[in-house]
Amino acid sequence: MKKIEAIIREEKLDAVRTALEASGYCGMTVSEVSGHGRQGGLTLQWRVGEYKVDFLPKIKVEVVVLDEDLPRTLNAITSAARTGEMGDGKIFVLPVDDAVRVRTGEEGENAI
Amino acid sequence: MPVNSADTAWLLISSALVMLMTPGVALFYGGMVRRKNILSTIMMSFAILALVGLLWVLYGYSLGFGPDKGGIIGGLDWFGLRQVGQEPSSVYAITVPHLAFMVFQAMFAIITVALISGAVVERMKFSALLVFSVLWLTFVYCPVAHWVWGSGGWLSRLGTLDFAGGTVVHINAGVSALALAWLLGPRKGFLEKQPMEPSNIPMVTLGAGLLWFGWFGFNAGSALTSGGLAASAFVATNTAAAAAAFTWMLLSWIHRRPSLLGAATGAVVGLVAITPAAGFVSPVMGIPIGIGAAVACYYAMLLRAKKMGVDESLDVWACHGIGGTWGALATGIFTSVAVNSAGADGLLFGSATQVLKQLTGIAVVWTFAFGATWVLGKLVDVTIGLRVTTVEETVGLDISQHGERAYGGMLR
Repeated sequence: MKKIEAIIREEKLDAVRTALEASGYCGMTVSEVSGHGRQGGLTLQWRVGEYKVDFLPKIKVEVVVLDEDLPRTLNAITSAARTGEMGDGKIFVLPVDDAVRVRTGEEGENAI
Repeated sequence: MPVNSADTAWLLISSALVMLMTPGVALFYGGMVRRKNILSTIMMSFAILALVGLLWVLYGYSLGFGPDKGGIIGGLDWFGLRQVGQEPSSVYAITVPHLAFMVFQAMFAIITVALISGAVVERMKFSALLVFSVLWLTFVYCPVAHWVWGSGGWLSRLGTLDFAGGTVVHINAGVSALALAWLLGPRKGFLEKQPMEPSNIPMVTLGAGLLWFGWFGFNAGSALTSGGLAASAFVATNTAAAAAAFTWMLLSWIHRRPSLLGAATGAVVGLVAITPAAGFVSPVMGIPIGIGAAVACYYAMLLRAKKMGVDESLDVWACHGIGGTWGALATGIFTSVAVNSAGADGLLFGSATQVLKQLTGIAVVWTFAFGATWVLGKLVDVTIGLRVTTVEETVGLDISQHGERAYGGMLR
């Protein structure tokens, strides 16, 4: 099992969710996060002059997939989230030791 | 004089309108500070609404408007509203119950003290703010109100015109705000140019909207009668607010993008500037007065931020001090006896003397407000201290001063 953490553009959430569901994964966790990579910050206006915001709003999508599904789910997320501009985001993949479905107590791959 | 029902109704409604301006200031300021200080910022104005409301009926009204003592201050003859009842006063608003005039003035005193809080948000100790507010009302507001509006006050005898409070309210609060911010020192991170992001611009706009609404009571109510002069002041007020809001929006657009925070600020400075002039100038003069206010305050704010380096956090000085100064000066330029026979003819109508009288009033209030506030602020600083600790400031004043926060946490 692998956990995918995809940091994506806010406006790409719908496309990524649809792509994941098409790959057979309809369960995911989504959170509003802030950060920046190479894109840098954002300049906003005060009453006079401007100020810089270092961290931009992004969406983090977390989903746990079976090892054999990893390449195609990564591919699905990447193509759904890409615009080609700076700030498209980043995806991290982590190993997962175990999983438990709270309702039934099922463990391992059966739980995801 | 017998009580006039129409005048009384208008003045009581106007008092209620001006009352609503203080919660308006609270929201206007609250939306401009960081999330961790929203509640404490709103609390400053709301507590002053209660505090000054009490002090005013106890002794404030008497000091400001009571029987004159040498042109400087009112006596304590009206302490606890003694001799202030349902019959009209013989000198103020002689067609309405004296109590109606008293409570109208109470709302002015309240908002003037509340305005100053914008300079000290995010770092001033709440207890120190309360003590300072009592001192400032007593030793700065009451005397200045007496000089300009009190029967026998020395500036009114000199002929300085101030229809609804350009000097008493706006210059007074704005200049005092600058002095207090200087004493208090900058917020942590200000000198390092850390961004201080406004937490809620829609809330700022709601506050500006309530101010605009309440200002009709402030200015048109200051006619103290419900006739043509009130209507004239009402239209002048709306015109100046509109002109200034639009001008500020254009200024931000020229620089970058049309800013909502800018338009809301513009409306307020337009209202500030028309305040002393509202009942002395023809309503259409609201346009040049409003445009002038937006330009003057915009550049005053730039100067404060870029050159003066003082953390007068929400620019009370630039908006009220400079807006009020421009308004007081503009009154001397645009005033006309055709509008108000109790006024004078200004520069535009061939007389330069009124401008000089206005400049005198401006200079006196600037000097007194700055000096007296400095002394009172210093007094509070050496006794109980003006500032919260660094840790309290970092955590935010909502939690450290009030044990509450504006928005609930994750667990609902």
